[in-house]
Amino acid sequence: MATTTTAAVSPRLRAHRDTGRLCRRLQDNLLAYGFLAAALVCFGLFSWYPLVRSITLSLQQDNLVTEPEWVGLDNFRALFDDPLLGTAIANTVEFTGLALVFGYAIPIAMAILLNELRHFSTYFRLAVYLPVMLPPIVSAMLWQFFYDPGQGLFNTLLDGAHLPTSQWVQSPETAMLSLVLVSTWANMGGSTLMYLAALQSVPPELYESSELDGASLWKRIWHVTLPQMRFIMLVMALLQITATMQVFIEPFQLTGFTNPDTITVMTLIYRYAFAVNQDFGLAAALSVLLFVVLAAFAALYLRITRERTV
Amino acid sequence: MTTLTRVGRRRLLSSVAVTASFALLLGACGSDETPESSNGQVTITVNNMPPETEALQRKNFLDDIAAFEKANPKIKIDPKEGKMDPATFSAKLAGGQLENAYYVYFTDPAGLIARKQAADITPYVAGFPDIQQIKPNLLEVFGDGKGKQYGLPEGNYTMGLVYNRELFKQAGLDPNKPPATWDEVREYAKKISALGDGINGYGDYSKNNTGGWHFTAEMYTRGGDVAARGADGKWTAAFNNDTGKAVLQLLKDMRFTDKAMGEKQLLEWADLLQQMGAGKLGMYLATADNIPTIVSQYKGRTEDYGFGPVPGGQGTLGGGGGYMFSPKSSPEQIKAAMAWVLFRHADPARIDEGKKRDADNKQPVGLPEPNIFTGAAGATYDAASKKYANVPTENFAPFVAAQANIPLKVEPPNAQKIYAVLDPVMAAALTKPDADIPALLADAEKQVNAILATV
Repeated sequence: MATTTTAAVSPRLRAHRDTGRLCRRLQDNLLAYGFLAAALVCFGLFSWYPLVRSITLSLQQDNLVTEPEWVGLDNFRALFDDPLLGTAIANTVEFTGLALVFGYAIPIAMAILLNELRHFSTYFRLAVYLPVMLPPIVSAMLWQFFYDPGQGLFNTLLDGAHLPTSQWVQSPETAMLSLVLVSTWANMGGSTLMYLAALQSVPPELYESSELDGASLWKRIWHVTLPQMRFIMLVMALLQITATMQVFIEPFQLTGFTNPDTITVMTLIYRYAFAVNQDFGLAAALSVLLFVVLAAFAALYLRITRERTV
Repeated sequence: MTTLTRVGRRRLLSSVAVTASFALLLGACGSDETPESSNGQVTITVNNMPPETEALQRKNFLDDIAAFEKANPKIKIDPKEGKMDPATFSAKLAGGQLENAYYVYFTDPAGLIARKQAADITPYVAGFPDIQQIKPNLLEVFGDGKGKQYGLPEGNYTMGLVYNRELFKQAGLDPNKPPATWDEVREYAKKISALGDGINGYGDYSKNNTGGWHFTAEMYTRGGDVAARGADGKWTAAFNNDTGKAVLQLLKDMRFTDKAMGEKQLLEWADLLQQMGAGKLGMYLATADNIPTIVSQYKGRTEDYGFGPVPGGQGTLGGGGGYMFSPKSSPEQIKAAMAWVLFRHADPARIDEGKKRDADNKQPVGLPEPNIFTGAAGATYDAASKKYANVPTENFAPFVAAQANIPLKVEPPNAQKIYAVLDPVMAAALTKPDADIPALLADAEKQVNAILATV
């Protein structure tokens, strides 16, 4: 817009111009309000309303026919009386812990490896990312075939190599680890690419100077790569915890919702709501509990990322 | 305000349009249509319409609707696919989308009645004399025990033993003599699994409630029970005893000592049908209606399968399905929906033509399934089944011969919750060589007693 010197402008003209400016601003903002309204409706309808509805549902006994009855904290009491809750929490924590050990370390190692590759790097990047493109239920069913202790792929290979076979998901000792492997295989592509992007933003002169100082590959990784990736690693750890605590597909498909060795918080919610109890209040109470725990991690994540970006 | 520029106006219009369209979209959700018009016309929704993949069954269903609407010009039927699925039921109910007549299994009514999620049809029963022809014990499944009626049965089944006649022959067993006792089951299973090639002698369930369901069925076959009602009217668990131990010990022995059940466990309903269809399974407990499914979905051959009575023969688990009615229906809709259910499933005058139609369409007729009728209608049904039979009925003769002497037992109250507790017990017996059976039963007993205390 052309600027004019204010001294030579009459008050009437200035008023007229101000009105024009206001109108223009309003026009622009009207458009923004229009778009904002659509977004707000979407968020309200699909995010906030279900959230509030879950909280109210957790305080009600609702058969969805007659008026819902407010029961205060009864659903939470029933929830804490259920011995399965402790089992499900312990299993979920175990899954999250194992997933951190495997699903966290493997993508970092993979990213470093891909970064060091000189040949076929495009092919390997694609290969690592491919499983992410499969619908989760499909990968779970695929692994069901791998894990079949009778004629499955893994035991056939192990048997052929004269190695001891495993019962995989059928034995309490190996069930959880088997589920973590499925989940890691299915999800590590995304994390690997994130780490790879972080790696490629490490200034090459750092490597050059360390090479001049005679640092070995391991020393370069330890003193240059990892410190440079500290922030993304922390963020990914938090994201991973919030994601793995909501594990559902793997235990649901491979071991079912009645198996105490692998029942997780999410499978228990499903069981309460749809499979066994048909009790939405109880399911909502457990959902609210999970939400509170996950919200704490999300808050931590937001705080860390905000500190970094400010 | 100055006039808007053309671009500005277009922007403004587009933003208003976006917002307005959302408002319209929201307004369109959740509107209940009024079902009745002033001239006595009534429109009802019903489910259980077969999907398009089952073209023939769907055509029959739609033909029945046309015939019904012709006979009842004031009723219009809007059919939907699917049955009562616990995963979507509540959402449909809350959204006003639940059909006026919806299909349920025998384990559903008690909970639906307790939660008031089904309409009380007691006032209308007298208006439908055909209901008198239905077996009273099946009507009771849809009652509250206090004289109120909430639904109508459509069909029922009893457990038997589905077995592969071909594998029996290969293992040197007589395909016309299925095992009569559980000891014989063990013996036969050993011989069948000795055929090798990944063939299992016997199969059983242990996942997503199917394990508990089969444990219950197996308790009944030995004259046992899962829940029993005391003199004071209170229910308690009844499986932590020698019968319960025998059920689990046999499974554990067949799985680990004889290696006759295959290593893959944690199976659910479709898994054994699939194994049977692939010719990899000797025997499993099931209902006769599994056979057409094995044939149509898992590529088995009808003539390969035999059907015998449950081993042990001291009791057989009975189940089935029927219709309940949406509590949000008007009295006219309930009456119209009841008329439709009775027309399609329980009209004695249509039994013969129904069986003829099935036979003409090469659908299995003559499977040994108990029918829902009593008295004259029952006799009509049996005669029509015989007249149009097109399945190798001689393969089901062992079941038919024994069935009359085996008492039918219904599932325990709160069945699904009990099955969920008994599932891991079955899973342990089938996956842990060192499973401690008494401890498993004692632990499950505590949990089941807690469930039954709320009945």
